Amino acid sequence: MGLLLGWKMINSKPKISLQTIIVFAFLVAAAIFFIIPMLWLLVSSLKPEAEVFNMSFFPDTLQWENYTKIFERIPFLVYLKNSVFISVVTIIGVVVTSSIVAYAFSFLEWPGRDKLFYFIIATMLLPAQVTMIPIFVIFKELGWLNSFKPLTVPFFFGGGAFNIFLMRQFFLTIPRSLIDAARIDGCSEFRIYATIVMPLSKPVIATISILTFLFSWNDFLGPLIYLSDKAKGTLALGLAQFAGQQDPEWALLMAASVLMMLPIVILFFLFQKYFIRGFMMSGIKE
Amino acid sequence: MIKAIKNIINKQPFWGYLFVSPWLVGFLVFGLYPIVMSLYYSLCQYDVLRIPQYIGLRNYEELLFHDDYFGISIWNTIYYLLIRTPLVIFGSLLLAVLVNNAVRGIKYFRTIYFVPSIISGVILSVLWMWMLNPEYGLINVTLSFFGFDGPLWLIDQSWSKPAIILMSVWSIGGGRMLVFLAALQGVPKELYEAVEIDGGGWWSKFRNVTVPFISPVIFLWVIIEAVAGLQVFVEAYVMTKGGPLNSTLFYNLYLYNKAFDDFQMGYSSAMAWVLFVIALIVTFIQFRLSKKWVYYSGGK
Repeated sequence: MGLLLGWKMINSKPKISLQTIIVFAFLVAAAIFFIIPMLWLLVSSLKPEAEVFNMSFFPDTLQWENYTKIFERIPFLVYLKNSVFISVVTIIGVVVTSSIVAYAFSFLEWPGRDKLFYFIIATMLLPAQVTMIPIFVIFKELGWLNSFKPLTVPFFFGGGAFNIFLMRQFFLTIPRSLIDAARIDGCSEFRIYATIVMPLSKPVIATISILTFLFSWNDFLGPLIYLSDKAKGTLALGLAQFAGQQDPEWALLMAASVLMMLPIVILFFLFQKYFIRGFMMSGIKE
Repeated sequence: MIKAIKNIINKQPFWGYLFVSPWLVGFLVFGLYPIVMSLYYSLCQYDVLRIPQYIGLRNYEELLFHDDYFGISIWNTIYYLLIRTPLVIFGSLLLAVLVNNAVRGIKYFRTIYFVPSIISGVILSVLWMWMLNPEYGLINVTLSFFGFDGPLWLIDQSWSKPAIILMSVWSIGGGRMLVFLAALQGVPKELYEAVEIDGGGWWSKFRNVTVPFISPVIFLWVIIEAVAGLQVFVEAYVMTKGGPLNSTLFYNLYLYNKAFDDFQMGYSSAMAWVLFVIALIVTFIQFRLSKKWVYYSGGK
Protein backbone atom coordinates (compact mmCIF):
# COMPACT_ATOMS: atom_id res chain seq x y z
CA MET A 1 0.00 0.00 0.00
CA GLY A 2 2.92 2.31 0.72
CA LEU A 3 4.14 1.80 -2.81
CA LEU A 4 0.76 2.55 -4.23
CA LEU A 5 0.56 5.71 -2.18
CA GLY A 6 4.03 6.82 -3.23
CA TRP A 7 3.18 6.27 -6.85
CA LYS A 8 0.07 8.35 -6.57
CA MET A 9 1.84 11.18 -4.82
CA ILE A 10 4.62 11.37 -7.34
CA ASN A 11 2.15 11.53 -10.17
CA SER A 12 -0.30 14.06 -8.81
CA LYS A 13 1.19 16.45 -6.30
CA PRO A 14 4.92 16.03 -5.88
CA LYS A 15 5.14 19.19 -3.75
CA ILE A 16 3.34 17.82 -0.73
CA SER A 17 4.88 14.39 -0.86
CA LEU A 18 7.23 14.98 2.10
CA GLN A 19 4.38 16.17 4.27
CA THR A 20 2.29 13.21 3.21
CA ILE A 21 5.08 10.82 4.10
CA ILE A 22 5.36 12.36 7.57
CA VAL A 23 1.59 12.12 8.06
CA PHE A 24 1.70 8.55 6.88
CA ALA A 25 4.51 7.72 9.31
CA PHE A 26 2.47 9.10 12.20
CA LEU A 27 -0.60 7.21 11.03
CA VAL A 28 1.32 3.96 11.00
CA ALA A 29 2.90 4.63 14.40
CA ALA A 30 -0.53 5.30 15.92
CA ALA A 31 -1.94 2.22 14.22
CA ILE A 32 0.78 0.09 15.81
CA PHE A 33 -0.01 1.59 19.21
CA PHE A 34 -3.68 0.67 18.88
CA ILE A 35 -3.44 -2.64 17.09
CA ILE A 36 -0.60 -4.40 18.92
CA PRO A 37 -2.48 -5.02 22.20
CA MET A 38 -5.42 -6.46 20.24
CA LEU A 39 -3.13 -8.64 18.19
CA TRP A 40 -1.47 -9.77 21.37
CA LEU A 41 -4.83 -10.66 22.86
CA LEU A 42 -5.43 -12.85 19.84
CA VAL A 43 -2.04 -14.61 19.76
CA SER A 44 -2.01 -15.08 23.54
CA SER A 45 -5.37 -16.81 23.29
CA LEU A 46 -3.80 -19.41 21.00
CA LYS A 47 -0.70 -20.14 23.03
CA PRO A 48 -0.30 -23.43 24.85
CA GLU A 49 -0.13 -22.79 28.60
CA ALA A 50 3.58 -23.62 28.64
CA GLU A 51 4.36 -21.09 25.95
CA VAL A 52 2.51 -18.24 27.57
CA PHE A 53 5.60 -17.52 29.61
CA ASN A 54 7.89 -17.65 26.62
CA MET A 55 8.84 -14.19 25.63
CA SER A 56 8.04 -14.62 21.98
CA PHE A 57 5.21 -12.69 20.40
CA PHE A 58 3.88 -15.48 18.21
CA PRO A 59 3.26 -18.99 19.52
CA ASP A 60 5.22 -21.89 18.02
CA THR A 61 2.10 -23.99 17.85
CA LEU A 62 -1.43 -22.67 17.65
CA GLN A 63 -3.50 -24.25 20.38
CA TRP A 64 -7.08 -23.95 19.22
CA GLU A 65 -8.15 -26.20 22.10
CA ASN A 66 -7.99 -23.16 24.37
CA TYR A 67 -11.28 -22.19 22.85
CA THR A 68 -12.92 -25.47 23.78
CA LYS A 69 -11.19 -25.75 27.16
CA ILE A 70 -12.78 -22.51 28.26
CA PHE A 71 -16.20 -24.13 28.04
CA GLU A 72 -15.08 -26.77 30.54
CA ARG A 73 -13.44 -24.32 32.91
CA ILE A 74 -16.31 -21.84 33.30
CA PRO A 75 -20.05 -22.16 32.50
CA PHE A 76 -19.50 -20.09 29.39
CA LEU A 77 -22.72 -21.05 27.65
CA VAL A 78 -24.78 -20.15 30.71
CA TYR A 79 -23.09 -16.76 30.91
CA LEU A 80 -23.58 -16.27 27.19
CA LYS A 81 -27.28 -17.09 27.42
CA ASN A 82 -27.72 -14.70 30.36
CA SER A 83 -25.84 -11.88 28.63
CA VAL A 84 -27.84 -12.31 25.44
CA PHE A 85 -31.13 -12.40 27.33
CA ILE A 86 -30.38 -9.28 29.37
CA SER A 87 -29.09 -7.36 26.33
CA VAL A 88 -32.02 -8.24 24.09
CA VAL A 89 -34.66 -7.42 26.70
CA THR A 90 -32.89 -4.16 27.54
CA ILE A 91 -32.75 -3.13 23.88
CA ILE A 92 -36.47 -3.85 23.45
CA GLY A 93 -37.28 -1.79 26.54
CA VAL A 94 -35.13 1.12 25.49
CA VAL A 95 -36.24 1.27 21.85
CA VAL A 96 -39.97 0.87 22.51
CA THR A 97 -40.33 3.23 25.45
CA SER A 98 -37.83 5.92 24.44
CA SER A 99 -39.55 6.24 21.08
CA ILE A 100 -43.01 6.51 22.64
CA VAL A 101 -41.83 9.19 25.04
CA ALA A 102 -39.96 11.01 22.28
CA TYR A 103 -43.13 10.93 20.16
CA ALA A 104 -44.91 12.91 22.85
CA PHE A 105 -42.14 15.50 22.75
CA SER A 106 -41.93 15.70 18.97
CA PHE A 107 -45.41 15.42 17.47
CA LEU A 108 -47.88 16.27 20.21
CA GLU A 109 -48.81 19.61 21.71
CA TRP A 110 -49.52 19.58 25.41
CA PRO A 111 -49.06 21.99 28.31
CA GLY A 112 -45.66 21.85 29.97
CA ARG A 113 -44.09 19.86 27.18
CA ASP A 114 -40.94 21.87 26.57
CA LYS A 115 -40.27 22.51 30.24
CA LEU A 116 -40.51 18.79 30.96
CA PHE A 117 -38.14 18.04 28.10
CA TYR A 118 -35.49 20.36 29.51
CA PHE A 119 -36.04 18.76 32.87
CA ILE A 120 -35.40 15.30 31.40
CA ILE A 121 -32.16 16.56 29.88
CA ALA A 122 -31.18 18.02 33.25
CA THR A 123 -31.64 14.65 34.97
CA MET A 124 -28.61 13.40 33.02
CA LEU A 125 -26.42 15.46 35.34
CA LEU A 126 -27.29 13.39 38.38
CA PRO A 127 -24.55 10.84 39.09
CA ALA A 128 -25.70 7.24 39.24
CA GLN A 129 -23.99 6.72 42.59
CA VAL A 130 -26.56 8.91 44.30
CA THR A 131 -29.49 6.71 43.34
CA MET A 132 -27.60 3.39 43.30
CA ILE A 133 -28.14 2.42 46.94
CA PRO A 134 -31.85 3.27 47.28
CA ILE A 135 -32.53 1.47 43.99
CA PHE A 136 -30.68 -1.54 45.35
CA VAL A 137 -32.88 -1.39 48.45
CA ILE A 138 -36.03 -1.18 46.31
CA PHE A 139 -35.06 -4.32 44.39
CA LYS A 140 -34.12 -6.08 47.58
CA GLU A 141 -37.52 -5.29 49.10
CA LEU A 142 -39.18 -6.55 45.94
CA GLY A 143 -37.22 -9.80 46.25
CA TRP A 144 -35.62 -9.21 42.85
CA LEU A 145 -32.00 -9.77 43.88
CA ASN A 146 -30.37 -12.56 41.93
CA SER A 147 -32.77 -12.15 39.06
CA PHE A 148 -32.44 -10.32 35.75
CA LYS A 149 -35.26 -7.93 36.62
CA PRO A 150 -33.11 -5.20 38.20
CA LEU A 151 -30.96 -5.18 35.05
CA THR A 152 -33.84 -5.01 32.57
CA VAL A 153 -37.07 -3.65 34.08
CA PRO A 154 -35.74 -0.09 34.67
CA PHE A 155 -35.19 0.27 30.92
CA PHE A 156 -38.90 0.00 30.22
CA PHE A 157 -39.51 3.48 31.62
CA GLY A 158 -38.36 5.74 28.84
CA GLY A 159 -34.99 4.06 28.30
CA GLY A 160 -32.94 6.89 29.75
CA ALA A 161 -32.86 10.61 29.12
CA PHE A 162 -30.15 10.43 26.50
CA ASN A 163 -32.02 7.96 24.30
CA ILE A 164 -35.19 10.05 24.52
CA PHE A 165 -33.09 12.99 23.38
CA LEU A 166 -31.58 11.07 20.44
CA MET A 167 -35.00 9.80 19.33
CA ARG A 168 -36.52 13.25 19.51
CA GLN A 169 -33.68 14.77 17.50
CA PHE A 170 -34.39 12.29 14.75
CA PHE A 171 -38.18 12.59 14.95
CA LEU A 172 -37.90 16.33 14.40
CA THR A 173 -36.52 15.64 10.93
CA ILE A 174 -39.67 13.73 9.90
CA PRO A 175 -42.00 16.04 7.91
CA ARG A 176 -44.92 17.21 10.02
CA SER A 177 -47.18 17.17 6.97
CA LEU A 178 -46.93 13.39 6.94
CA ILE A 179 -48.22 13.18 10.49
CA ASP A 180 -50.96 15.74 9.92
CA ALA A 181 -52.14 13.96 6.80
CA ALA A 182 -52.45 10.73 8.73
CA ARG A 183 -54.41 12.51 11.44
CA ILE A 184 -56.85 13.93 8.95
CA ASP A 185 -57.28 10.41 7.58
CA GLY A 186 -58.39 9.44 11.06
CA CYS A 187 -55.30 7.59 12.27
CA SER A 188 -54.93 7.43 16.05
CA GLU A 189 -51.69 8.75 17.52
CA PHE A 190 -50.64 5.25 18.43
CA ARG A 191 -51.14 4.05 14.88
CA ILE A 192 -49.17 6.97 13.50
CA TYR A 193 -46.39 6.13 15.92
CA ALA A 194 -46.38 2.44 15.04
CA THR A 195 -46.98 2.52 11.29
CA ILE A 196 -45.47 5.82 10.13
CA VAL A 197 -42.90 7.16 12.57
CA MET A 198 -41.19 3.94 13.62
CA PRO A 199 -40.67 2.55 10.10
CA LEU A 200 -39.10 5.88 9.10
CA SER A 201 -36.77 5.86 12.09
CA LYS A 202 -34.64 2.83 11.37
CA PRO A 203 -31.32 4.74 11.44
CA VAL A 204 -31.85 6.15 14.92
CA ILE A 205 -33.29 2.85 16.14
CA ALA A 206 -30.15 1.11 14.88
CA THR A 207 -27.89 3.64 16.57
CA ILE A 208 -29.72 3.43 19.89
CA SER A 209 -29.88 -0.38 19.74
CA ILE A 210 -26.14 -0.57 19.22
CA LEU A 211 -25.33 1.86 22.01
CA THR A 212 -27.69 -0.02 24.31
CA PHE A 213 -26.21 -3.36 23.33
CA LEU A 214 -22.70 -2.10 24.02
CA PHE A 215 -23.79 -0.78 27.39
CA SER A 216 -25.70 -3.87 28.42
CA TRP A 217 -23.24 -6.45 27.08
CA ASN A 218 -20.31 -4.69 28.71
CA ASP A 219 -22.03 -3.66 31.94
CA PHE A 220 -20.14 -4.87 34.97
CA LEU A 221 -21.38 -2.94 38.01
CA GLY A 222 -25.03 -3.90 37.52
CA PRO A 223 -24.47 -7.68 37.39
CA LEU A 224 -21.88 -7.37 40.16
CA ILE A 225 -24.41 -5.80 42.51
CA TYR A 226 -27.47 -7.83 41.59
CA LEU A 227 -26.28 -11.28 40.52
CA SER A 228 -24.42 -13.23 43.17
CA ASP A 229 -25.62 -16.68 42.10
CA LYS A 230 -23.06 -18.19 39.74
CA ALA A 231 -25.71 -19.66 37.46
CA LYS A 232 -27.09 -16.14 36.97
CA GLY A 233 -23.79 -14.55 35.99
CA THR A 234 -23.11 -12.65 32.78
CA LEU A 235 -20.06 -12.88 30.56
CA ALA A 236 -18.55 -9.72 32.00
CA LEU A 237 -19.04 -10.99 35.53
CA GLY A 238 -17.79 -14.49 34.75
CA LEU A 239 -14.70 -13.18 33.01
CA ALA A 240 -13.85 -10.91 35.93
CA GLN A 241 -14.22 -13.81 38.36
CA PHE A 242 -12.09 -16.04 36.18
CA ALA A 243 -9.44 -13.30 36.06
CA GLY A 244 -9.54 -12.91 39.83
CA GLN A 245 -8.02 -16.34 40.53
CA GLN A 246 -4.71 -16.70 42.34
CA ASP A 247 -2.75 -17.77 39.27
CA PRO A 248 -4.73 -16.67 36.25
CA GLU A 249 -4.63 -19.01 33.26
CA TRP A 250 -3.71 -16.31 30.81
CA ALA A 251 -4.22 -18.20 27.58
CA LEU A 252 -7.71 -19.27 28.59
CA LEU A 253 -8.52 -15.81 29.87
CA MET A 254 -7.52 -14.33 26.55
CA ALA A 255 -9.58 -16.93 24.70
CA ALA A 256 -12.62 -16.11 26.84
CA SER A 257 -12.06 -12.40 26.18
CA VAL A 258 -11.90 -12.98 22.45
CA LEU A 259 -15.15 -14.95 22.57
CA MET A 260 -16.87 -12.25 24.60
CA MET A 261 -15.67 -9.59 22.17
CA LEU A 262 -16.67 -11.54 19.10
CA PRO A 263 -20.36 -10.51 18.88
CA ILE A 264 -19.44 -6.86 19.26
CA VAL A 265 -16.69 -7.02 16.67
CA ILE A 266 -19.00 -8.78 14.20
CA LEU A 267 -21.73 -6.22 14.80
CA PHE A 268 -19.16 -3.50 14.39
CA PHE A 269 -18.11 -4.65 10.96
CA LEU A 270 -21.73 -5.12 9.90
CA PHE A 271 -23.00 -1.79 11.22
CA GLN A 272 -19.91 0.39 11.31
CA LYS A 273 -21.86 3.45 10.27
CA TYR A 274 -24.17 3.26 13.27
CA PHE A 275 -21.35 2.59 15.73
CA ILE A 276 -19.51 5.63 14.49
CA ARG A 277 -22.61 7.78 14.54
CA GLY A 278 -23.42 6.58 18.05
CA PHE A 279 -19.94 7.40 19.30
CA MET A 280 -19.92 10.78 17.63
CA MET A 281 -23.13 11.68 19.40
CA SER A 282 -22.57 10.16 22.77
CA GLY A 283 -19.21 8.64 23.50
CA ILE A 284 -20.87 6.38 26.02
CA LYS A 285 -18.42 3.93 27.50
CA GLU A 286 -19.14 1.52 30.32
CA MET B 1 -62.67 20.52 8.18
CA ILE B 2 -61.38 23.11 10.64
CA LYS B 3 -63.54 21.55 13.29
CA ALA B 4 -61.99 18.17 12.57
CA ILE B 5 -58.46 19.59 12.96
CA LYS B 6 -59.45 21.30 16.22
CA ASN B 7 -60.84 18.05 17.46
CA ILE B 8 -57.55 16.32 16.74
CA ILE B 9 -55.50 19.02 18.47
CA ASN B 10 -57.67 18.79 21.55
CA LYS B 11 -56.92 15.12 21.82
CA GLN B 12 -53.21 15.76 21.80
CA PRO B 13 -52.74 16.53 25.50
CA PHE B 14 -54.34 13.19 26.33
CA TRP B 15 -51.95 11.29 24.05
CA GLY B 16 -49.06 13.46 25.17
CA TYR B 17 -49.47 12.63 28.83
CA LEU B 18 -50.18 9.00 28.02
CA PHE B 19 -47.02 8.63 25.94
CA VAL B 20 -44.84 10.42 28.44
CA SER B 21 -46.19 8.42 31.39
CA PRO B 22 -43.58 5.61 31.20
CA TRP B 23 -40.84 8.13 31.77
CA LEU B 24 -42.84 9.85 34.50
CA VAL B 25 -43.40 6.62 36.42
CA GLY B 26 -39.76 5.67 35.92
CA PHE B 27 -38.58 9.03 37.17
CA LEU B 28 -40.70 8.83 40.32
CA VAL B 29 -39.61 5.26 41.13
CA PHE B 30 -35.98 5.25 39.94
CA GLY B 31 -35.20 8.96 40.19
CA LEU B 32 -37.05 11.14 42.66
CA TYR B 33 -37.75 8.54 45.33
CA PRO B 34 -34.15 7.25 45.36
CA ILE B 35 -32.80 10.80 45.57
CA VAL B 36 -34.94 11.54 48.62
CA MET B 37 -34.12 8.19 50.21
CA SER B 38 -30.43 8.61 49.49
CA LEU B 39 -30.44 11.92 51.35
CA TYR B 40 -32.29 10.28 54.22
CA TYR B 41 -29.99 7.22 54.33
CA SER B 42 -26.97 9.50 54.37
CA LEU B 43 -28.23 10.76 57.73
CA CYS B 44 -28.70 7.24 59.07
CA GLN B 45 -26.87 4.18 60.15
CA TYR B 46 -28.25 1.58 57.79
CA ASP B 47 -27.15 -1.97 56.99
CA VAL B 48 -30.17 -3.01 54.85
CA LEU B 49 -31.15 -5.74 57.33
CA ARG B 50 -32.43 -3.48 60.09
CA ILE B 51 -34.42 -0.29 59.61
CA PRO B 52 -32.34 2.92 59.25
CA GLN B 53 -31.31 4.64 62.50
CA TYR B 54 -31.21 8.43 62.27
CA ILE B 55 -27.83 9.76 63.39
CA GLY B 56 -27.78 13.29 61.95
CA LEU B 57 -24.62 14.42 60.20
CA ARG B 58 -22.38 11.81 61.83
CA ASN B 59 -21.67 10.00 58.53
CA TYR B 60 -20.46 13.19 56.88
CA GLU B 61 -18.42 14.14 59.91
CA GLU B 62 -16.78 10.71 60.05
CA LEU B 63 -16.10 10.71 56.31
CA LEU B 64 -14.67 14.19 55.99
CA PHE B 65 -12.70 14.42 59.23
CA HIS B 66 -11.90 10.98 60.57
CA ASP B 67 -11.67 8.57 57.65
CA ASP B 68 -8.10 8.17 56.37
CA TYR B 69 -9.29 6.32 53.29
CA PHE B 70 -11.35 9.32 52.26
CA GLY B 71 -8.22 11.40 51.76
CA ILE B 72 -6.39 8.55 50.05
CA SER B 73 -9.22 7.79 47.65
CA ILE B 74 -9.76 11.47 46.85
CA TRP B 75 -6.06 11.90 46.13
CA ASN B 76 -6.00 8.82 43.89
CA THR B 77 -9.08 9.98 42.02
CA ILE B 78 -7.86 13.55 41.55
CA TYR B 79 -4.47 12.26 40.37
CA TYR B 80 -6.23 10.01 37.86
CA LEU B 81 -8.49 12.80 36.69
CA LEU B 82 -5.75 15.43 36.38
CA ILE B 83 -3.36 13.23 34.39
CA ARG B 84 -5.88 11.29 32.34
CA THR B 85 -8.16 14.11 31.18
CA PRO B 86 -5.51 16.16 29.34
CA LEU B 87 -3.92 13.02 27.89
CA VAL B 88 -7.23 11.75 26.52
CA ILE B 89 -8.28 15.14 25.17
CA PHE B 90 -4.94 16.14 23.69
CA GLY B 91 -4.18 12.68 22.35
CA SER B 92 -7.53 12.17 20.67
CA LEU B 93 -7.45 15.70 19.29
CA LEU B 94 -4.08 15.03 17.66
CA LEU B 95 -5.42 11.76 16.31
CA ALA B 96 -8.40 13.59 14.88
CA VAL B 97 -6.13 16.11 13.15
CA LEU B 98 -4.07 13.22 11.83
CA VAL B 99 -7.00 11.30 10.36
CA ASN B 100 -8.49 14.50 8.98
CA ASN B 101 -5.81 14.25 6.27
CA ALA B 102 -7.02 12.97 2.94
CA VAL B 103 -4.46 10.20 2.72
CA ARG B 104 -5.30 7.05 0.83
CA GLY B 105 -6.63 4.34 3.11
CA ILE B 106 -7.46 6.79 5.90
CA LYS B 107 -10.71 4.94 6.51
CA TYR B 108 -8.79 1.88 7.66
CA PHE B 109 -6.64 3.89 10.02
CA ARG B 110 -9.74 5.43 11.60
CA THR B 111 -11.23 1.97 12.07
CA ILE B 112 -8.07 0.63 13.72
CA TYR B 113 -7.95 3.55 16.15
CA PHE B 114 -11.61 3.22 16.96
CA VAL B 115 -11.94 -0.51 17.63
CA PRO B 116 -10.48 -0.48 21.19
CA SER B 117 -13.30 1.89 22.14
CA ILE B 118 -15.92 -0.81 21.78
CA ILE B 119 -14.13 -3.26 24.09
CA SER B 120 -15.73 -3.69 27.49
CA GLY B 121 -14.07 -2.51 30.68
CA VAL B 122 -13.65 -6.05 31.96
CA ILE B 123 -11.92 -7.33 28.81
CA LEU B 124 -9.73 -4.25 28.77
CA SER B 125 -8.75 -4.88 32.34
CA VAL B 126 -7.97 -8.52 31.69
CA LEU B 127 -5.98 -7.74 28.56
CA TRP B 128 -3.98 -5.00 30.23
CA MET B 129 -3.29 -7.05 33.36
CA TRP B 130 -1.54 -9.35 30.94
CA MET B 131 0.06 -6.54 28.92
CA LEU B 132 1.40 -5.02 32.13
CA ASN B 133 2.59 -8.27 33.69
CA PRO B 134 6.08 -7.31 34.95
CA GLU B 135 7.80 -10.50 33.77
CA TYR B 136 5.89 -11.76 30.75
CA GLY B 137 3.76 -8.80 29.70
CA LEU B 138 4.33 -7.41 26.24
CA ILE B 139 5.32 -3.97 27.46
CA ASN B 140 8.14 -5.07 29.73
CA VAL B 141 9.28 -7.76 27.32
CA THR B 142 9.57 -5.09 24.65
CA LEU B 143 11.36 -2.74 27.03
CA SER B 144 13.85 -5.42 28.02
CA PHE B 145 14.44 -6.19 24.37
CA PHE B 146 15.74 -2.63 24.04
CA GLY B 147 17.71 -3.02 27.23
CA PHE B 148 15.42 -1.22 29.67
CA ASP B 149 14.13 -2.54 32.96
CA GLY B 150 10.38 -2.01 32.92
CA PRO B 151 8.60 -0.98 36.12
CA LEU B 152 6.43 -3.41 38.08
CA TRP B 153 3.34 -1.52 36.92
CA LEU B 154 0.27 -2.77 38.76
CA ILE B 155 2.18 -4.15 41.71
CA ASP B 156 4.24 -1.02 42.30
CA GLN B 157 2.35 1.67 44.17
CA SER B 158 3.97 4.51 42.24
CA TRP B 159 3.28 2.93 38.83
CA SER B 160 -0.20 1.50 39.36
CA LYS B 161 -2.08 4.70 38.59
CA PRO B 162 -0.02 5.59 35.50
CA ALA B 163 -0.59 2.01 34.29
CA ILE B 164 -4.36 2.35 34.58
CA ILE B 165 -4.22 5.76 32.90
CA LEU B 166 -2.19 4.33 30.01
CA MET B 167 -4.81 1.65 29.52
CA SER B 168 -7.60 4.18 29.66
CA VAL B 169 -6.01 6.43 27.04
CA TRP B 170 -5.49 3.47 24.74
CA SER B 171 -9.07 2.36 25.13
CA ILE B 172 -10.86 5.67 24.67
CA GLY B 173 -8.58 7.70 22.37
CA GLY B 174 -10.18 6.45 19.16
CA GLY B 175 -13.72 7.03 20.38
CA ARG B 176 -13.01 10.63 21.30
CA MET B 177 -11.12 11.05 18.04
CA LEU B 178 -14.43 10.60 16.21
CA VAL B 179 -16.07 13.35 18.24
CA PHE B 180 -13.28 15.78 17.42
CA LEU B 181 -13.13 14.66 13.81
CA ALA B 182 -16.77 15.67 13.39
CA ALA B 183 -15.94 19.07 14.86
CA LEU B 184 -12.82 19.50 12.72
CA GLN B 185 -14.78 19.04 9.56
CA GLY B 186 -16.68 22.22 10.39
CA VAL B 187 -13.54 24.39 10.45
CA PRO B 188 -13.55 26.68 7.39
CA LYS B 189 -10.65 25.99 5.00
CA GLU B 190 -10.07 29.71 4.47
CA LEU B 191 -8.80 30.06 8.03
CA TYR B 192 -6.03 27.57 7.34
CA GLU B 193 -5.20 29.30 4.10
CA ALA B 194 -4.86 32.56 6.00
CA VAL B 195 -2.28 30.96 8.29
CA GLU B 196 -0.44 29.57 5.28
CA ILE B 197 -0.25 33.01 3.73
CA ASP B 198 1.28 34.28 6.96
CA GLY B 199 3.85 31.51 6.65
CA GLY B 200 2.53 29.50 9.59
CA GLY B 201 3.17 25.80 9.73
CA TRP B 202 1.34 22.79 11.10
CA TRP B 203 1.60 23.77 14.74
CA SER B 204 0.49 27.32 14.08
CA LYS B 205 -2.60 26.04 12.31
CA PHE B 206 -3.38 23.71 15.17
CA ARG B 207 -2.75 26.29 17.86
CA ASN B 208 -4.32 29.35 16.22
CA VAL B 209 -7.14 27.94 14.13
CA THR B 210 -8.12 24.39 15.06
CA VAL B 211 -8.13 24.67 18.83
CA PRO B 212 -9.88 28.04 19.11
CA PHE B 213 -12.44 27.11 16.49
CA ILE B 214 -13.51 23.86 18.08
CA SER B 215 -12.84 24.95 21.67
CA PRO B 216 -16.53 24.70 22.69
CA VAL B 217 -16.50 21.01 21.69
CA ILE B 218 -13.21 20.44 23.48
CA PHE B 219 -14.62 22.15 26.56
CA LEU B 220 -17.71 19.94 26.58
CA TRP B 221 -15.57 16.81 26.43
CA VAL B 222 -13.15 18.05 29.06
CA ILE B 223 -16.12 18.31 31.39
CA ILE B 224 -17.49 14.89 30.44
CA GLU B 225 -14.10 13.22 30.77
CA ALA B 226 -13.39 14.89 34.09
CA VAL B 227 -16.70 13.70 35.53
CA ALA B 228 -16.10 10.24 34.04
CA GLY B 229 -12.65 10.25 35.63
CA LEU B 230 -14.22 10.89 39.03
CA GLN B 231 -16.27 7.72 38.58
CA VAL B 232 -13.49 5.30 37.63
CA PHE B 233 -14.35 1.88 39.03
CA VAL B 234 -14.24 -1.24 36.84
CA GLU B 235 -10.51 -1.15 36.03
CA ALA B 236 -9.50 -0.84 39.66
CA TYR B 237 -12.01 -3.43 40.82
CA VAL B 238 -10.87 -6.04 38.31
CA MET B 239 -7.14 -5.31 38.08
CA THR B 240 -5.99 -4.29 41.51
CA LYS B 241 -8.88 -4.31 43.99
CA GLY B 242 -7.51 -0.96 45.10
CA GLY B 243 -3.96 -2.15 45.78
CA PRO B 244 -1.03 -2.09 46.06
CA LEU B 245 -1.05 -0.19 49.36
CA ASN B 246 -4.34 1.48 48.41
CA SER B 247 -2.66 3.26 45.51
CA THR B 248 -5.62 2.52 43.23
CA LEU B 249 -8.33 2.82 45.84
CA PHE B 250 -10.39 5.27 43.81
CA TYR B 251 -13.34 7.04 45.38
CA ASN B 252 -15.97 4.96 43.62
CA LEU B 253 -14.24 1.72 44.52
CA TYR B 254 -14.15 2.76 48.15
CA LEU B 255 -17.83 3.70 47.94
CA TYR B 256 -18.65 0.31 46.47
CA ASN B 257 -16.67 -1.49 49.19
CA LYS B 258 -18.47 0.45 51.90
CA ALA B 259 -21.87 -0.27 50.38
CA PHE B 260 -21.65 -3.85 49.19
CA ASP B 261 -18.84 -5.41 51.22
CA ASP B 262 -19.45 -3.68 54.57
CA PHE B 263 -23.15 -2.96 54.00
CA GLN B 264 -22.75 0.53 55.41
CA MET B 265 -25.46 1.95 53.19
CA GLY B 266 -25.85 5.17 55.18
CA TYR B 267 -22.16 5.92 55.04
CA SER B 268 -21.90 5.16 51.34
CA SER B 269 -24.95 7.31 50.60
CA ALA B 270 -23.15 10.17 52.30
CA MET B 271 -20.13 9.36 50.12
CA ALA B 272 -22.30 9.55 47.01
CA TRP B 273 -23.51 13.04 47.92
CA VAL B 274 -19.97 14.18 48.64
CA LEU B 275 -19.00 12.84 45.21
CA PHE B 276 -21.85 14.80 43.66
CA VAL B 277 -20.62 17.99 45.33
CA ILE B 278 -17.06 17.29 44.15
CA ALA B 279 -18.34 16.79 40.60
CA LEU B 280 -20.13 20.13 40.81
CA ILE B 281 -16.99 21.85 42.09
CA VAL B 282 -14.84 20.30 39.34
CA THR B 283 -17.35 21.41 36.71
CA PHE B 284 -17.60 24.88 38.23
CA ILE B 285 -13.80 25.27 38.14
CA GLN B 286 -13.82 24.19 34.49
CA PHE B 287 -16.38 26.83 33.66
CA ARG B 288 -14.28 29.49 35.36
CA LEU B 289 -11.15 28.36 33.53
CA SER B 290 -13.02 28.12 30.24
CA LYS B 291 -13.34 31.88 30.01
CA LYS B 292 -9.61 31.97 29.39
CA TRP B 293 -9.56 29.58 26.45
CA VAL B 294 -12.98 28.73 25.06
CA TYR B 295 -13.93 30.84 22.10
CA TYR B 296 -17.55 31.20 21.10
CA SER B 297 -17.95 32.46 17.58
CA GLY B 298 -21.24 34.06 18.64
CA GLY B 299 -19.03 36.78 20.14
CA LYS B 300 -19.61 36.03 23.82
